[in-house]
Amino acid sequence: MSNIGFTAYLKRDLLLSYRRLGEAASPLMFFLLVSILIPLGVSPDPERLAELAPGMMWVMALLATLLSTEGLFATDHQDGSLEQMLIAPQLLALPVLGKVTAHWLVTGLPLTMVSPLIGLMLSLPPVAMVPMMASLAVGTACLSLIGAVGAALTVSLRKGGLLLSILVIPLYIPVIIFGSAAVQTAVDGFNWLGPLAILAAMLCAAIALCPLAIAGALRLVSSN
Amino acid sequence: MPKTPLLSVDRLFFERDDCNIFEPASFNVEAGDIVQIEGPNGAGKTTLLRLLTSALQPTSGSILFSGENITDCHYEYLASLLYIGHQPAVKMTLSAEENLRWMSPATTSAPEIDAALAEVGLRGYEDVPCYSLSAGQHRRVALARLFTTEAKIWFLDEPFTAIDKQGVDILQARMGSHLAAGGCILLSTHQDLAMDKVRKYSIEPHSDREQQQ
Amino acid sequence: MASNRDWTWFYRLGSPRWFYETTGRWLPWLWTLTLLLLTTGLVWGLGYAPQDAKQGNSFRIIYLHVPVSFLALAGYYLMAIAGAIGLIWKMKLSYMVMKSAAPIGAALTFLALFTGAVWGKPTWGTYWVWDARITSMLILLFLYLGVLALQYAFHSQESGNKASAILALVGTVNIPIIYKSVDWWYTLHQPATIKLTSAPSMHIDMFQPLLMMIIALYCFYALALILFTRAEILQRERKAAWVCELALQADKVAAWEAEE
Repeated sequence: MSNIGFTAYLKRDLLLSYRRLGEAASPLMFFLLVSILIPLGVSPDPERLAELAPGMMWVMALLATLLSTEGLFATDHQDGSLEQMLIAPQLLALPVLGKVTAHWLVTGLPLTMVSPLIGLMLSLPPVAMVPMMASLAVGTACLSLIGAVGAALTVSLRKGGLLLSILVIPLYIPVIIFGSAAVQTAVDGFNWLGPLAILAAMLCAAIALCPLAIAGALRLVSSN
Repeated sequence: MPKTPLLSVDRLFFERDDCNIFEPASFNVEAGDIVQIEGPNGAGKTTLLRLLTSALQPTSGSILFSGENITDCHYEYLASLLYIGHQPAVKMTLSAEENLRWMSPATTSAPEIDAALAEVGLRGYEDVPCYSLSAGQHRRVALARLFTTEAKIWFLDEPFTAIDKQGVDILQARMGSHLAAGGCILLSTHQDLAMDKVRKYSIEPHSDREQQQ
Repeated sequence: MASNRDWTWFYRLGSPRWFYETTGRWLPWLWTLTLLLLTTGLVWGLGYAPQDAKQGNSFRIIYLHVPVSFLALAGYYLMAIAGAIGLIWKMKLSYMVMKSAAPIGAALTFLALFTGAVWGKPTWGTYWVWDARITSMLILLFLYLGVLALQYAFHSQESGNKASAILALVGTVNIPIIYKSVDWWYTLHQPATIKLTSAPSMHIDMFQPLLMMIIALYCFYALALILFTRAEILQRERKAAWVCELALQADKVAAWEAEE
C-alpha cells in the first residue's frame, strides 16, 4: 500500500492543505486580524504595546493553533480514512507524527514567519524579534503535538471543538510560560537561550510521548 | 489431516457498554470461499466485520489467520486484508486517480490505476476532483481498489450501496476472479448475489437483546 | 495460560460485586472513624489550638484549607492510576473508581481555592492573587473539569471511560511540568508587596490538630470515593442478578417497616 508511514501522510496532508489553501490559511488570518484588535482595544501607545507584545503575541499564536487543531483528525474520521489508517500494517505513531508535522508546517511555521511583521506593528523591540521567531517555531510544534492528543480524544464527538479547548488549554500552559518568557528575557536584555532550551526539551518529550497518546486515543476512542 | 483454513474465527464475542451485540461467532473461511453475512439492520454486521479487521478489539474469542492468532502476526494479517467500509475513504479535494493511487499498493503503475478506474466506469473522470462526482461515483472510486489490490482477504461492508445494476455485475465478476485466484471474501449485503456457492452466515442477536425488546 | 490462574485474586478485586459487598462491611466503621476524626479535629483546631501571633483567628482556616489541598492533588493521581489500571487490565471497577474520583477531586479543588480566597481577604487584603500555588490549583481544577466534561461527552460509557482515562494520564505527566513552570513563572514575575510563603515553623500545638484534620480528610475522601463508586456500581450493574436481588430485598425491608 502507498498509504503507509510518516512521509506518505506528511506529503498527503500537505497536498490536502494545498488544495484547500483558504482553509489552511485561516489560522494565519486569525493571527493577523486579532493583532489589529489589541491596539484598538488597549491603546495605540507604542510603549504600552511594547510591554504587552511578547505575551499577547504568544496568546494569539496559541489560539490560532488551537483553532486549527480540531480538524486534524475530524475529516479523516468522517470520510472513513481514519479507519483505513488504523488497519494499515504500520506502527500507528508514524502516520500520526506525519500528520502532526504537516499540521505544524501549515500553521505553526507560517505563524512564525509572519511574527516579525506583527511584532513590528505591536512595537515589539527589535532585539526580541529573533527570540520571538525561535520560541514560536519550537513552541507551536509543542502546541500541535499536545493539541493533537485532544483532537484524537474528541474526534468522534459531533461538537468536539469547544471541549477540545477545555481539554488542551491547561496542557498548553508550560509552553506559553516558557515561550513568552524567552521573548521577555530578551526584551529585558538577558540571555534568552535558557527558556528556549527548556522549550526545546519539552518538544523532545512531546515528540516522544504525544504520538503514543494520540495513537492510543485514536484506537480506543474513535472506534465507537 | 485437515487443511488449515485461511481464516478461522473462534467464539468471537463483543460487548459494548455491557450490552452484548451478538451470540459468539464461530466459522471457518477457506481460500476460494465467499461468505455473505446476513442479519437485520442493527444486528451487528458492521461490528463483526470491524472485529475481523481488528479495528475493534473483541471482548473474547480469537481469530486465526492460516492457523496463527492474528495478535501474533498482526502486520502480516493487516497486509493481507482489504476493508471497504460504509464511508468510502475518498478525499473530496483529490482526483479519482490520486485517491486510488493512495489506496493501492505502492507498486501499482499509472496504466494499472487508469485501467482499474476504467473497469469501474470512471474512464474520463481520472483527473476530476472528487467533490464534483456523485455518491455512487465516490463508491466506485473506493471499489476500484478491488482491481489493484494484492490482498487475499476482502471485507466488504455493503459494497453495492449506491451502485447501479451494471456496476454490481462488474464487481461480482471481479469477486469471482478473486475467488478463483485463491482469495476469500466476507461481505455484508442485503442483495442476493448472482454467484455460485455463496455461503451464508446469519448473525444471531444476543439473547440479552431480545429480552430487552 | 497457567499464569491466568495466578491472577484470579486480581480479577476478583476487579469484580464490582465483590467491591460492593466488602465495602458494605467497612462502611459503618469508616463512617464512625471519619465523623469522630472530623469533629475532634475541627473542635480542636477551631476551638482550642492557640491563636496565630500575626494572623489571629483567621489562620484557623488552614485546618480545612491544607488537608483539602493535599487531597485535591492526591486525588488526581488516584484518578489517573485507576484510569491506567482500567486501560491496561480492562477492569470495569477501575473505571468506576476513576469516574467517581473526578467530581470529588473537582469539588475538593474548588474548596481549596475557596478557602484560600476566604483566608486571603483578612490576611493579605485580597481574595485573589496570581501566586504560584493558587494558579497551579486553578489549573488543577480545569484539568479535573476536562476529565469530567470528556467523560460525559460520549454517548457510550466505554468510550467516555477510555477517553477520560487517557486524558487523566496525559494530565499526570503534565502536572509536574505545569507546577514547575508555574513556579518558575512566579519567580520571574513575583510582586514585591505580597509574599505568600507560609510560616517556616509551626508550633506543635497548632500542628497536632492539623495532622488530625489531614487524617480525617483522608478518611472522608475514602468514604466519599466508596459511596460514589457504590452508586456507580449499582447504576451500571442494574441488569445483574445480584443487584436485582438487592433491590428486591430493600423493597421487602421497606414494606416490612411500613407494616410495623
